[in-house]
Amino acid sequence: MSVVVVIELQDGAIVPMSWEALVAGGTAADALGESLIAVALGSDLTAIEAQLSAKPVSEVVLLEHPLLERYTADGYVAALASAFAELKPKLALFPHTYQVRDFGPKLAARMGRAFVSDAVGLGVEDGRPVFVRQMFQGKFQADVTVEGEGTVFASIQSGSFRADVLVDGPASPLRRLDVALSADQIRTKPLERFRETAGAVDLSSAERIVSVGRGIKDPENLPLVEKLAAALGAEVAASRPICDNGWLPLERQVGSSGQTVAPKLYLALGISGAIQHVVGMKGSKTIVAVNKDASAPIFEIADYGIVGDLFEVAPALIEALERSS
Amino acid sequence: MDVVVCLKQVPARDAALRLSPAGNWIETFDASPEMNEPDAYALEEALRLKERHGGSVTAFSAGPPEAASVLREALAKGADAAVLIEGEGLEQADPLRTARLLAAGIRRKPFDLVLTGLQSDDAGFGQTGVVLAELLDVPHAAIVVEIAAEGDRLTVKQELEAGWFQKVEMTAPALLTIQSGINKVRYATLMGIKKARTKPLERIPAAELGVSVEPAQKIAKLYAPQKSKQTQMLTGSAKEQAEALVEKLRFEARVL
Ligand SMILES: Cc1cc2nc3c(=O)[nH]c(=O)nc-3n(C[C@H](O)[C@H](O)[C@H](O)COP(=O)(O)OP(=O)(O)OC[C@H]3O[C@@H](n4cnc5c(N)ncnc54)[C@H](O)[C@@H]3O)c2cc1C
Repeated sequence: MSVVVVIELQDGAIVPMSWEALVAGGTAADALGESLIAVALGSDLTAIEAQLSAKPVSEVVLLEHPLLERYTADGYVAALASAFAELKPKLALFPHTYQVRDFGPKLAARMGRAFVSDAVGLGVEDGRPVFVRQMFQGKFQADVTVEGEGTVFASIQSGSFRADVLVDGPASPLRRLDVALSADQIRTKPLERFRETAGAVDLSSAERIVSVGRGIKDPENLPLVEKLAAALGAEVAASRPICDNGWLPLERQVGSSGQTVAPKLYLALGISGAIQHVVGMKGSKTIVAVNKDASAPIFEIADYGIVGDLFEVAPALIEALERSS
Repeated sequence: MDVVVCLKQVPARDAALRLSPAGNWIETFDASPEMNEPDAYALEEALRLKERHGGSVTAFSAGPPEAASVLREALAKGADAAVLIEGEGLEQADPLRTARLLAAGIRRKPFDLVLTGLQSDDAGFGQTGVVLAELLDVPHAAIVVEIAAEGDRLTVKQELEAGWFQKVEMTAPALLTIQSGINKVRYATLMGIKKARTKPLERIPAAELGVSVEPAQKIAKLYAPQKSKQTQMLTGSAKEQAEALVEKLRFEARVL
């Protein structure tokens, strides 16, 4: 038995979140007394062999097939289901990426098993993995266990484990498993990946950001945010619903589907702090949250918190900045 | 095109939530329930597909008896029929069980397309749709932000990380999980609400569907999140809070 971590590739390169999942897998493997196996899929994985086998794993397993050249849920699920039938992992971990959201639960379902998505923590109690994950939009956390016999499946949220603890060492053994796939098993045809905007606004280099969320209520109120940003010498950014509504352009969205930023100052106005927003800004040096709800999850990661109505706090801030400058 | 759309009833986004005495769910009676936000977008997309291509929209929910209210809302907005797979406590069912129940209900009639929201605002597992596709044995795409249909050929735009997208082609019957923001959701009209009363809302007891009640995964404990940082809360009037913050940003954090 083993702990398996499925490594994700994009354009032939390993997606960094995979390393965090590998660290989570290593921790669990130690606690469970199991070996750690890294699994990767593709049409030709020679280029990443050395990089993978240098990691502290007991084995690297490669699944190669021409039909795995590009990701499809059908291809990945078929290949992994047959590999897992042979490897019989006790625990299978994945990075919580868009791709894993697309096929992970399907793979688990094919094997009649549950999939614990989006775990932010992982421990072992009585020889069983216990996952920590957010629920109710981050207002609560839950300890989650998987029932029954068989592989325990889970995905690990970005930033939950530190990849920098991984140190390269002597090459681990490498094995290729046979993959049986036929073209008629694959029912979707992926076309090219593309980006919509040329990325006219580069928030990642901004020193200060004022970010606005659904608490702003109406696009008519946005000038207040712009004024505050000007007073702070900051760029304006937003949570997703603001950009979905077209109140601000998509290129100002911060979060997993928008930009990742790490300014000196990130001031969040009327943003609840959903995990998909937080992954895009939690690296900021100083985080300020203004929210009328004292239990909003954004306060968990804030350095300074103001519980209050942004329509009172923002004008007061503009005034205080003008007075002190 | 005959479209099935799956809807979940969840606590309102801004509802104050309290833990239940059992400590593994919330007190549902004080959380004003509403239609899960991404599901509302999925419903809107289903209605638009019907307007463009003809056919029908059937709304499904697996939930407690009260979940009928989201189905009535769907009927009022223009769905033709609704099916509630009903069972006390089903709002807490794990996604594998929910998908098994939905699959058992949906399989009873032919369909061209199944739409679900990409995740629920309560448990947020984000997988009921993907698992449902596996159980119904149809191709799928998760996190869809655009659908184009020509006959049974579907071309959908999938959202990826960090502003990337990808188009994917497949043939119906298929399943798509819908991302919030894909369209502008309509309101129910008075006329629609009136009409809804004459539309069929079938209730199927979950127990009749032969789906195991054993949970695949269990929420052992629900609790307030632990803070990862020491947060300084600034108190007083808005003016006092603002002045304290500017002072701290300038002299303590030194970010101004
Ligand atoms: C796959 C996926 C990708 C996603 N990608 C992103 C992403 O890149 N970026 C992103 O931001 N989200 C993303 N989301 C959406 C995310 O889950 C949340 O829905 C979103 O971040 C919520 O935005 P919000 O905080 O502005 O709104 P809400 O959650 O509605 O919060 C509004 C907040 O404003 C407060 N408020 C209301 N009125 C006032 C007032 N007068 N004064 C002060 N406070 C007030 C409320 O208390 C509340 O906390 C994604 C979701 C998924 C599933």
